[in-house]
Amino acid sequence: MSSTDRLGADQIAALVARDIPDGSFVNLGIGLPTKVANHLVPEQNVMLHTENGMLGMGPEAHGSQIDRDLINAGKVPVTELPGASYFHHADSFAMMRGGHLDICVLGAYQVSARGDLANWHTGRPDDIPAVGGAMDLALGARQTFVMMYLLSRNGTAKIVSRCTYPLTGLRCVSRVYTDLAVFLIAHRGLVVRETFGTDVEQLRQLIGVPLVDGTRPAGDPHLAGRGRAS
Amino acid sequence: MAKLYESPAAAVAGIPDGATVMIGGFGTAGQPVELIEALLANGASGLVVVNNNAGNGDRGLAALIGAGRVRKIICSFPRQSDSWHFDAKYRDGQIELELVAQGNLAERIRAAGAGIGAFYTPTGFGTALAEGKEQRAIDGRGHVLEYPIRADFALIAAHMADRLGNLVYRKTARNFGPIMAAAATTTVAQVATIVPTGGLDPENIVTPCIYVDRVVRVERPVTELEEPGQ
Repeated sequence: MSSTDRLGADQIAALVARDIPDGSFVNLGIGLPTKVANHLVPEQNVMLHTENGMLGMGPEAHGSQIDRDLINAGKVPVTELPGASYFHHADSFAMMRGGHLDICVLGAYQVSARGDLANWHTGRPDDIPAVGGAMDLALGARQTFVMMYLLSRNGTAKIVSRCTYPLTGLRCVSRVYTDLAVFLIAHRGLVVRETFGTDVEQLRQLIGVPLVDGTRPAGDPHLAGRGRAS
Repeated sequence: MAKLYESPAAAVAGIPDGATVMIGGFGTAGQPVELIEALLANGASGLVVVNNNAGNGDRGLAALIGAGRVRKIICSFPRQSDSWHFDAKYRDGQIELELVAQGNLAERIRAAGAGIGAFYTPTGFGTALAEGKEQRAIDGRGHVLEYPIRADFALIAAHMADRLGNLVYRKTARNFGPIMAAAATTTVAQVATIVPTGGLDPENIVTPCIYVDRVVRVERPVTELEEPGQ
């Protein structure tokens, strides 16, 4: 990726989709991560899991395809692909918790440099908390990717040394895909794999946590991302 | 052995004030709206309701909450774009919320039906939802002790039943139905079709009749008639 500008949501989604290995079982969280589905290609043979009891979820349903009994975790009507299967909620979460899903992609309020995730509750007293499947997904999938804009609306970085929002899970995130950079959470620290419209030094100023420069020349984008990052 | 009932009102008769009632469904998919509205008409109050959500729009569980019949709700995801009845009661302090991570909710219900005393799960470890609960490191990983959730009644929706009460579901409307059926003292199922005993392929029965006490046919449930909500 040799982009010189920060990425839009679809471009981040395309990056995530590109990094999902062929044949993976994947759960896409509600919100921004659902866009990843639009960038998966059939040749990848990725099978999507939805927490409300389905493997082999197809694209969003429209018009006469809409079936009230067939929805995704965001309660949006979807379709089924050949080879799809249905199961009850306890099985769906056993599948997750049991480590059978290869990857889940989640949104986040904050991610810490060691991979703690906060994405379920702002902690504000007037906010009604709602956790859904976030804690099970973050802990259960073999790898958890976060997809988010790096900066909050007020300009503060959402990658932090320590989360101030209520936690979803401890040390569960392995990669963070953002509009400004892709980060790997590795034993050697928080590694910047690639940057978009910025550089590692600027990111250091922005985030204020130690960063390892893992960027490399354009045209060699996959190397740093191979294998499990943490 | 299940008995066939003439109407939703007859099928929910005898649910007393203060009962714990599991209600199937994920959003509106699989929500037994006609049974819930019969429960509303029967007048029971001070109910403890177990459901993934806390009502959508103005029908079904939302109506039961809006009428002030629910003292406490045990759920994973109360806050939705159309959960205004719950939101209002919660902000007024008129309903108690026990928030449970979705996989823990499903497994606690499953555990009740399976006769499990309690179980250790990694989900929620290190988060606010684990506060006050017993914790233990197993294989170097933090786990939280969670207890079963039982109910006096389960109200569920399925696609078809035979006259014995064997059930099959449709697509993602299966969700909590099978595990709630096993976790309640009395399980009431509304189905779109009732076939003669032997009319369902035994290989395809999802909920065996041993878990089902009352069956009522609702030919055109409201969940098929309305536009899907978010």
